[in-house]
Amino acid sequence: MSRWPSFHITRRFLRVWQRDLVVYQKIWKVNLLTPVFEPLLYLLAFGVGLGGLVGKIFYQQREVPYIEFIAPALLAVNIMYNAFFENTYASFVRMYYQKTFDAMLATPLSLEEVIAGEILWGATKAVIATVIMQAVISLFGLIHYPHGLLIIPVAFLGGLTFGALGMFCTGLTPSIDMFNLPIFLLITPMFLFGGTFFPIDHLPAWARKLSLLFPLTHLVDCIRQLSFGLIQPGILWNLAVLTILFVVFFPLALITMHRRLIR
Amino acid sequence: MSYVIEAIDLRKQFRDFVAVDSISFHVQPGECFGLLGPNGAGKTSTIRMVYGFSPMTTGILRVFGLDIATHWRAIRTRIGVCQQDNNLDPDLTVVKNLEVFASYFDIPARAARQKAHELLQFISLDHRAQTKIPELSGGMMRRLVLARALINDPELLVLDEPTTGLDPQTRHQVWEKVEHLRSRGLSVLLTTHYMDEATRLCDRLVIMDQGKILVEGKPADLIERHAGRYVIEVDKPDAELRTFIRSHDLHHDDLAHRIIIYDSVSEQLFHTLSSSYCSGNCMLRMATLEDVFLRLTGRELRD
Repeated sequence: MSRWPSFHITRRFLRVWQRDLVVYQKIWKVNLLTPVFEPLLYLLAFGVGLGGLVGKIFYQQREVPYIEFIAPALLAVNIMYNAFFENTYASFVRMYYQKTFDAMLATPLSLEEVIAGEILWGATKAVIATVIMQAVISLFGLIHYPHGLLIIPVAFLGGLTFGALGMFCTGLTPSIDMFNLPIFLLITPMFLFGGTFFPIDHLPAWARKLSLLFPLTHLVDCIRQLSFGLIQPGILWNLAVLTILFVVFFPLALITMHRRLIR
Repeated sequence: MSYVIEAIDLRKQFRDFVAVDSISFHVQPGECFGLLGPNGAGKTSTIRMVYGFSPMTTGILRVFGLDIATHWRAIRTRIGVCQQDNNLDPDLTVVKNLEVFASYFDIPARAARQKAHELLQFISLDHRAQTKIPELSGGMMRRLVLARALINDPELLVLDEPTTGLDPQTRHQVWEKVEHLRSRGLSVLLTTHYMDEATRLCDRLVIMDQGKILVEGKPADLIERHAGRYVIEVDKPDAELRTFIRSHDLHHDDLAHRIIIYDSVSEQLFHTLSSSYCSGNCMLRMATLEDVFLRLTGRELRD
């Protein structure tokens, strides 16, 4: 183990991912509950309740029912929550309270491989949750196929981005309570202003520009295009932003976690 | 002769605190080597460098003749580590703890199952294979941590305070297991606060304090050299006894309500003392490693 983080990650990191998968399988019934029922609640509240007030909404010069507009946003938010919370709270518990990482670091695994495995697991959990939620939403005919199938690989990319962002926060946070800070400063604003419940065109110009820096804005945009089956060249830009943010936050996560754990 | 562990001028510094201050030692194949010292002496810091958990500041550290800085991965495949904390995986059952841990060493699933089964028998936990970790007693957890450290058939076992907080039955069982493993040629690096444990298990040991090695040797030799064969303890000594001790220039520790006399103590001296100075409140006993430890590191609290 060197004093500086190494970006040399061997295939062994999959073992860490596997460990998380084994644990997930044990409580898979509980794990399925949230992605199955949460969209139903959201669709009921926003689609039926709020949607009754809002009626139709303009999206890509077309009038669409409000419920159809927010359904893809629910998928995107679900990806963000699954990956971000897995690599903040859940990873922190494994690192700090359960000392699982310490035990792993007495084996041929490097810290960088442990962290990479954890982020890959966060993304995997986001994909599993997406598949389930998407199946439920599809029952209401709210997703166009076959384009809609591409949501799954996008969920993986989004999961990696939010997982790396979460792990970066885990590397910095002094205590588990302090995760409130990135949630208040990043996650909640994204949830509200990331083009989720209303198009960002309705925001003032400065706020719209700010919103374009959010990974969620791009994830929502991307998934909405796929779910409507109306794919535009801008989707490449969305994917590029998500990729760039991952490429930035993954090494930052490695650096902060290395500084935190290797003493 | 190649050493299992060879440390030369090993140093670990955290900002302006020196945890390990240029120590040198070596461990021979098949040997049980102990690191003793009060809290904060640098034992755990040393051990963590040996298994490549924390990078050393300066010095040379070779394990199996390989440089830890460059060959940490190859080294870790050949050592088993019992860390101080019970960091078993609470999300997994007893047997899954072993199987999943085996996967970190790239041991194939079938071999891992077989090995896990053998190890559970070895630590007498085979009847608890499906138990969840939080339901185990402290002693069972410690035995499982030991079993987990053996999953890769290590050549070197690193034990960081293996019996802290255990009841006497479990302590003795852990010692027996360690002795059994040693009889199969395993080398052991051990830290402990228990002098009886060190006396029983270690071939050689060092006593450390404030990052430095104070003495090194075989337990019996160290006792002989630093505390003598016998020790006399006197409870509530009076002024007369103190005068006697001073006039005869006896090596002793005066703890106010108790005096401990070391070195070259003869039964003759004991008879003199007990008949003239301290009838009923003095005791002759064998010197122990604990006497050596306290003489060398002092009696002040370290927190």
